[in-house]
Amino acid sequence: MAPVLDIDALIGDPQTRIIVCCGACGVGKTTTAAALGLRAAESGRRVVVLTIDPARRLAQSLGLTTLDNTPRPVRDINDTDGGSLDAMMLDMKRTFDEVVEAHSTPEKAAQILANPFYQAVSSSFAGTQEYMAMEKLGQLRLEADRDPDNPRWDLIVVDTPPSRSALDFLDAPKRLGSFLDGRFISLLAAPAKAGGRAYLKVFSAGVNIVTKTLTKVLGGQMLNDVQTFVAALDTMFGGFRKRADHTYALLSDRTTTFIVVAAPERDALREASYFVDRLDEEQMPLAGLVINRMYRVSAPGLSAARALGAAEELDDAESGRPSAAGSSGAPGHTAITQGLLRMHAIQAEIADRHESLAKRFIAGHPGIPMVEVPAASGDIHDLVGLRAVGEALAGN
Amino acid sequence: MAPDAGAARDTDWDGVRLHVVTGKGGTGKTTVAAALALALASEGRRVLLAEVEGRQGISQSFDVPPLALTETRIAHAAHGGEVFGLSVDAKAALLEYLQMYYKLGRAGGVLEKFGAIDFATTIAPGVRDVLLTGKVYEAVRRRRDHRAKGPGAAPAYDAVVLDAPPTGRVVRFLNVNHEVADLAKVGPIRSQANSITAMLKSPQTVVHLVTLLEEMPVQETVDTIAELRAVGMPIGGVIVNQVREEILTLDVLDAAARGAISGRDVAADLTRVHVRATGALVDGLLTEARDHAERVALERDEAVVIEGLGRPTYRLPSLSEGVDANGIREMAELLMAQGMT
Repeated sequence: MAPVLDIDALIGDPQTRIIVCCGACGVGKTTTAAALGLRAAESGRRVVVLTIDPARRLAQSLGLTTLDNTPRPVRDINDTDGGSLDAMMLDMKRTFDEVVEAHSTPEKAAQILANPFYQAVSSSFAGTQEYMAMEKLGQLRLEADRDPDNPRWDLIVVDTPPSRSALDFLDAPKRLGSFLDGRFISLLAAPAKAGGRAYLKVFSAGVNIVTKTLTKVLGGQMLNDVQTFVAALDTMFGGFRKRADHTYALLSDRTTTFIVVAAPERDALREASYFVDRLDEEQMPLAGLVINRMYRVSAPGLSAARALGAAEELDDAESGRPSAAGSSGAPGHTAITQGLLRMHAIQAEIADRHESLAKRFIAGHPGIPMVEVPAASGDIHDLVGLRAVGEALAGN
Repeated sequence: MAPDAGAARDTDWDGVRLHVVTGKGGTGKTTVAAALALALASEGRRVLLAEVEGRQGISQSFDVPPLALTETRIAHAAHGGEVFGLSVDAKAALLEYLQMYYKLGRAGGVLEKFGAIDFATTIAPGVRDVLLTGKVYEAVRRRRDHRAKGPGAAPAYDAVVLDAPPTGRVVRFLNVNHEVADLAKVGPIRSQANSITAMLKSPQTVVHLVTLLEEMPVQETVDTIAELRAVGMPIGGVIVNQVREEILTLDVLDAAARGAISGRDVAADLTRVHVRATGALVDGLLTEARDHAERVALERDEAVVIEGLGRPTYRLPSLSEGVDANGIREMAELLMAQGMT
């Protein structure tokens, strides 16, 4: 038996300042993050939920129509305990622009923002979203701490980007940072600087091959754009790396905690497993695992096999006597009972499969606190639904 | 039943060489892509199943070792059909491309050493997608005999199935030309992107969408079809996955929803077959029936939305044993029976 993940203790602890929800695509991360935020707010925390999702799912579940790069208050929450709830959706391009503007002179910023290569990187590079999510998290944390006596927020809940892999959230910022500080950038930047650098002469043969090939493949114009971009960003290089490192460090801070979200499916649990191992390796604090959409039956006392057996026995019992109700078209009560039993058998089998998948995960990761959230019969897209998910997360 | 030589079955996608499969995360697009590849391979055809996100979803679906950088046979189909698997890797595709078009030799290694390969495959926007789709493009156009030329030459693969990125990213991924157009106005990357786009928008290609009968996956399906239409990509079928077996008849569902099923009658029936009909058990069964009726009603609404899309629609059942290699064969049979291949 795995220890129970005590959500209420987690959100009730003032030491918990950041909760990061991560996991595979389509497991209900956004819903979990929103439900956690709502529950924390209604228990008196001042919460901001950061979501990073082009489908605007949080907007749907919070009943909001506009979510942009600034936190907006969520209305109609129960604030009798003095809590508040803000929600925002990451606009990665705008966040990137803000970083550029904050770290260079106005002329240089304008030059960078107008560069076609920059425009492409800031809106479509595969790691930009993760990098900017971290950046935004850092900004929110600064904003929250600006007035320590009266913090705007005392809890930040982060929903991670819908990446190829849950690990991308941890890896992509470092990748971008190390690229921007790397050798290739120095190489690209070199021709833009008068005379280049002495150490590059050592590699001059290599440099020639590289530039020649790049010109051939990319075309001279694109290479030129890249070089201008790199030269303009030059002053910010150290900045990028440092900021990525800083936010990364924030993630290992004891006021941060991770919640890994999964669904009772092989792939989702495999991703969860990778992530749990990785957090352990990086010594990042894991609060526990949430398994969403666990199928449960309302009549757990009756096994699938017994239910099917009973349905068949009813068949036998019926075939012995003339059909009374069946012939009139409407199903007789025996047919109804058989239907209920067969339906129960199928549901009990699904519930068993989910249970055994969860058990296998626990066996592989003993000691990790866990909570199961039962599958809802309908879709969740309002505060009432989120509140119910919050209740389930708290184990009620 | 052996196929008659040259006799084509009446299928919905005759003439299509590239089947792109997308769907929201969690809808089972990888298993559907695998089943489609297997179905296409029946009757002795050669099919390539490619993934582009390095997830190794294909090898897990077919229960084979992780795919390497070369095309590997992963399954046999009826009448000598074969499915090959490939996990397309941007780096390998770039080196291969450079080798093929520029005869780079040593320069490849130098580029690698300077981080240029990493730059092109991870940082440079659009280039990664040009490379990934470019490899798929190459596989679609490849001839069985590489010296053979002209439209009559037999292709290396009768069909290619692409397990594409999920709905949220797929249009940007497929619309590579648009992505690089602002960056590379001339040059080989641009012309490569143009040829890829021409093939992707030709009648040789279709984009199929996998969904569940739930609100968000259906909404994403509707949105993605609109986006695909806007960029001129050919839209294929909609595969509704994990459809629940219908056990209760309409009037029973209706009675369940209204709470009109008599607990006493159910208890009496249970007692007759020696099941201890406690109040909790009977109430539990009635609650299950009501929840089930609620789900079915929601699913019916979503099914109406899908019908409204007017696309060929295929239904795959929820497999109670979970999806393994046998489950994929079962799904392949069902797709064939519904005329998808």
